Amino acid sequence: MTDDALLRDFEMRKPRALARAISYAESGRGRDIVRALYSQTGRALTIGLTGPPGVGKSTLASALVRKARGLGKSVGVISVDPSSPFSHGALLGDRIRLAEHFTDEAVFIRSMASRGHLGGLAGATADAVSLMDAFGFDVILIETVGVGQSEIAIAELAQTTLVALQPGSGDSIQVLKAGIMEIADVFVVNKADHPMANQLRREIRSAMEMLEWKGWIPELVATQALAGDGIEELWAAIQRHMAYLNETGEIEGRRRNAFVHQVRQLAMGRIERRLDVLLEGENSTGLDPYAAADRVISTLGVQLP
Amino acid sequence: MNERPLRVVIAKAGLDGHDRGAKVIARALRDAGMEVIYTGLFQAPEQIVQTAVQEDADGIGLSILSGAHMTLFPLVVEQLKAQDAGDIVFFGGGTIPPEDARRLKELGVREIFTPGAPLQTIVDFVTRECGKRRTPAA
Amino acid sequence: MAKMIDRPSGLGAQPTPAFEEQHRRWEAASAKGRSRKDPGSGAVDRTISDVPLKVVYAPEDVAGLDLAEDLAWPGEYPYTRGIHPNGYRDRLWTMRQFAGFGTAAQTNERYHFLLEHGQHGLSVAFDMPTLMGYDSDAPQSRGEVGKCGVAIDSLADMEVLFDGIDMGDITTSMTINGPACIALAQYIAAAEKKGIPRAKLGGTLQADILKEYIAQKEWIFPPRPHMRIIVDMIQFCTREMPKWNTISISGYHIREAGSTAAQELAFTLADGFAYVEACMAAGMDVDSFAGRLSFFFNSHIDFFEEIAKFRAARRIYARHMREKYGAKDTRSWQLRFHTQTAGCSATAQQPENNIVRVAFEAMAAVLGGTQSLHTNSMDEVLALPSEKSVEIALRTQQVLAYETNVTNVVDPLGGSYYVEALTEEMEAQAESYFAQIAEYGGVIEAIESGFFQREIAEASYRYQRSIETRDRVIVGVNAFVKEDEPENIDLLKITEETERGQAASVRDLRTKRDDAAVRRTLESLRAACRDPKDNLMPHLIDCVNTYATEGEIVEAMASVYGRYTERAVL
Repeated sequence: MTDDALLRDFEMRKPRALARAISYAESGRGRDIVRALYSQTGRALTIGLTGPPGVGKSTLASALVRKARGLGKSVGVISVDPSSPFSHGALLGDRIRLAEHFTDEAVFIRSMASRGHLGGLAGATADAVSLMDAFGFDVILIETVGVGQSEIAIAELAQTTLVALQPGSGDSIQVLKAGIMEIADVFVVNKADHPMANQLRREIRSAMEMLEWKGWIPELVATQALAGDGIEELWAAIQRHMAYLNETGEIEGRRRNAFVHQVRQLAMGRIERRLDVLLEGENSTGLDPYAAADRVISTLGVQLP
Repeated sequence: MNERPLRVVIAKAGLDGHDRGAKVIARALRDAGMEVIYTGLFQAPEQIVQTAVQEDADGIGLSILSGAHMTLFPLVVEQLKAQDAGDIVFFGGGTIPPEDARRLKELGVREIFTPGAPLQTIVDFVTRECGKRRTPAA
Repeated sequence: MAKMIDRPSGLGAQPTPAFEEQHRRWEAASAKGRSRKDPGSGAVDRTISDVPLKVVYAPEDVAGLDLAEDLAWPGEYPYTRGIHPNGYRDRLWTMRQFAGFGTAAQTNERYHFLLEHGQHGLSVAFDMPTLMGYDSDAPQSRGEVGKCGVAIDSLADMEVLFDGIDMGDITTSMTINGPACIALAQYIAAAEKKGIPRAKLGGTLQADILKEYIAQKEWIFPPRPHMRIIVDMIQFCTREMPKWNTISISGYHIREAGSTAAQELAFTLADGFAYVEACMAAGMDVDSFAGRLSFFFNSHIDFFEEIAKFRAARRIYARHMREKYGAKDTRSWQLRFHTQTAGCSATAQQPENNIVRVAFEAMAAVLGGTQSLHTNSMDEVLALPSEKSVEIALRTQQVLAYETNVTNVVDPLGGSYYVEALTEEMEAQAESYFAQIAEYGGVIEAIESGFFQREIAEASYRYQRSIETRDRVIVGVNAFVKEDEPENIDLLKITEETERGQAASVRDLRTKRDDAAVRRTLESLRAACRDPKDNLMPHLIDCVNTYATEGEIVEAMASVYGRYTERAVL
C-alpha cells in the first residue's frame, strides 16, 4: 500500500488503514502519516492504566470499555504486553479479556509488544495514540504492565493515569515503593473482596502521606472488575479528575507534557539510532572513554556541554 | 523496511477448549521471533477476523479439534473477504481428515496441519508465506 | 552401593560381599558400553515426564521403602498393590467404551451394538454444545452438533438415547462436567419414566469441574458457585442414589492438555481433596461420601512410569484420606479409577500403529490395577471412530483379559526395584506440587493465578520440543516415516443434516410443551440458586420433566451465577 492510498483509506475511516498506520509507527516510519494527521488530534480522552502483572488490568480495561460504550463513546485500546525475554518474539494474550468487544465496530484493540521497536516503545505508543485520536475515537485506553521505567513512562501520554493494585500481592507493595506513586491520579484496589483489601488501602494511604501533593490528590477506588463492581465509581473518579484538569487549566500542562514526552521520544529515538551507527564504525583504539565520547558527539554535529 | 516482526493471530474457534496445540504453536512462533496474538477460546469467525484486521496481522492460524472445521473454516474465509482482508495468510490445524483438508484448501485455506506435523514445518510455512505477503505490499 | 540399608523392614536386603563384587563388575562392563547409541534413536534416558532413569535399579534404590507401611498386601492400606485382595481373579476390570455421536437415535444403535458384543457398561460422549450448555439451535452451536458426541437438548433426547436398554441393569458413565447436574436430572427422569426408581440406578458422572478450569476448558459457571453445585449433587446422591458414583475426578484431560505424569497425578488428587474439603465444609461426614468418589486417569505410552503413577495414586490417596481427613471407613481410603489410553499419544501418520500403542497402554493400566478401561480406536486422531476400529479396540481389551494371563497375579510388578523407585518418585513429586498449591491458598486460587495452566503449557511445549529435536522418537512421525501414505481408513462422518435435524427437533419441542410449567420450574430453580441452603437437584429434575431444554436451564442458572472467562495463560 502506498502512503497516499493509506492516507486515503484512513480518511475514509477504514479500520485496516488505522491498523496499518500503527504498524508503520511500530517500525519507526510513522513520520509521514502522523504529520499528515496531526491536526486532527486532540479530541480524545486518554486514560492510562498500569500496575503489576496479575492485578486484573485487562479485566478492568474491559469493564471500562463496557462503561464507555454504554455512554455511546467509541474506544481505542492499546494493550502493551511484555515481550519474550530471549528473542524479539512475543506472546500477546491480553486481548482475551476484551473478547466481548471484538465485534463491536466502535472498539479498536491493538496489542503491542514492549520490545523490538525502532524508536522505542514509548515513541510507537505515542504515535498509536495520535493515530487513534485522529481516527476519531472518543476514549483511548493505554494499558501497560507497570514494572519498568519504560512502561511507567507511557503513563505520561495519558491525561488521567490509573494505577491498579491487588490485595495480598507482594508485587503491589513493591510498586508502592518503586516510585509509581507519583504518576497516579486514581488508585484502583481491584479484587476488593480479598481479605487483605483494607490493609492495602492503608498501605496506599500511608505511602501517599510520604509525598507532597500539589493540587489534585489521588483518589482511591475499590473495584471487583470481574463482577463489574466499582466501575461506576471509577468512571466518576476519572470524570472528576478530568473536570479538575479543565477547571484549573492543568489540562494544558498535561497536553504539553504529553507533547514534550512524545517529542523527547522521537528525538531520542533518532539520536540513539544515529549513535548506534556511529558506535558501530567507531575505532577508539588508544582513546579513553571520555575522549571517545567527545569524538562521537562531535561527529553527531551537536554542541553539548 | 521490514524491521517489524511478523505478526500472527492464533485462534481457537467454536466450542472446543483443546488449546494444547494452539499454545504449542504460539510458543514455537514466538521463539522464531514473531509476535503472536492469542485470541483465547470460543471465538466466533467474525471475532477472529476483526482481531487480525485490528492487529494488522500477517497471518491467522486457526485450531479446531471438535469436528466443526467444515463449518468454521469457511466462515473465516468468508469474513476475510467481507472485510477486504483476503491477503492475510489463513492456515489451520486440528483433527481434520485428508479429504476435508483438500476441500478447505480449495476454499482458500492456505495450509492444513494435522496432529504430528513438525513444529519446524509450521514455523517455516508461516515465515515463508507471511514473509512473501510483506515484501510486495510494503 | 555398599551403603547400609538402614531399614531392616524394607524391600532391599543387606548386600553380601559376593553381591558387591558382582556390582563392581557390572559397573565396569556398563561403563564400557554406555557410549553406544541405537541408530535412529535419540538419547532418551528420561521418562516422558522428564524423570532421569538409571541403567538398572537395585536394592539401594528402594532402601527407604518399608514393606508394611509403603507396600503392604493387596487390599491392605495404603493399597499400593491394589484395593482388592485377589485383584482381577475375583473380578475383571469393566470394559467400558466411550461412545456417542450424532443424534440420540444413532448413538442408541451403537449402544445396542456394544452391549451385544460383550461390553459391560455404557459410557456417554456428549457433543460440544451439550457440554457447554447450548441447545442445538443456538448460534454458538453451528458446526458442532453431534460432532464429537451425542446431542442431548432435553429429556426427550435422553429418552431416545436409552430406548430399549434396561437402565436398572446396566451402569452408565456420563462424561459431562459444566452441565453435569442437568444430565443427571435427565437420566433420573428418563429412568423414572420407565418405572425404574433412582435408587436402582448405577453409574458415574464425571462432574469434575476443577480440571475444566485447569485443562479441558469446558466450563460454564465460575469456580466458586460451581463448587456449590457439586456439593449439592454429592449430598443428593448420598441421600437418594446409593449405587451412583457422584463424581469422577479426572486426570485424563490434564494429561491430554500436555502435562507430565506427575502433574496429572498431583493436580488430579489435589482436585479430589478440594472436593472432599468442600463437602466436609458443608457439614458432611467424610465417610458418608468418600466411598463413592472415583478417579479417571490417562494411560500414556511410557509403560513403567504409568504403572508407577497408578500405584502412587492409591498410596497417596489412602494416606491423605486417613491421616489428613480422618476417614475411618476403609472404603474411603481406597482409590478406584477408570483409565483411558492416551489420545494424545495417537498419531495421524500410519494410524494402524495406534492399535499397538493402545495395547501397551492398556496393559500398563491393567498392571497398575485399574477398575475399568476404555481403549481408544486407532482413527480417533482423524475423526470419530468407525465401527470397525471400535471393535478392534474392544478386542484389544479382551485379548489382554483372556489370553495374556496377566490377570492371574495381583500387582505383578510389586517389588520391582525400578517400579517401586518410580512409584516413590511419583509420590514425592506429587507431594511437592501439593505444597506449591497450598502456597497459593488452594486449588481455586491456584487456578485463578494460572498456576496449573502455566505448568501444563510449559510441560507440553517441552515435550513437543523433544519430538522436534528427535530426542524422543515417535514412529511414523519423526522416524520410520512413510512417504505417500495411502488414505484408506474408513472414517465416520457426521453430516450437516444431523445438525439441521437436531436443531429443528429442539425448536419443535419448544412449541409442544407446557410453557407455563417450564417458566414456573425455571423460576424456582433460579430461586434455589440464590439460596445456598436449598439443594438444586430436585429443582433440576422438575425442570427437565417439563422438557425445559438444557440451554434454558443453563441460562437460568447463569443469570444467578454468571459465566466464567479465563485469564490468558500462554
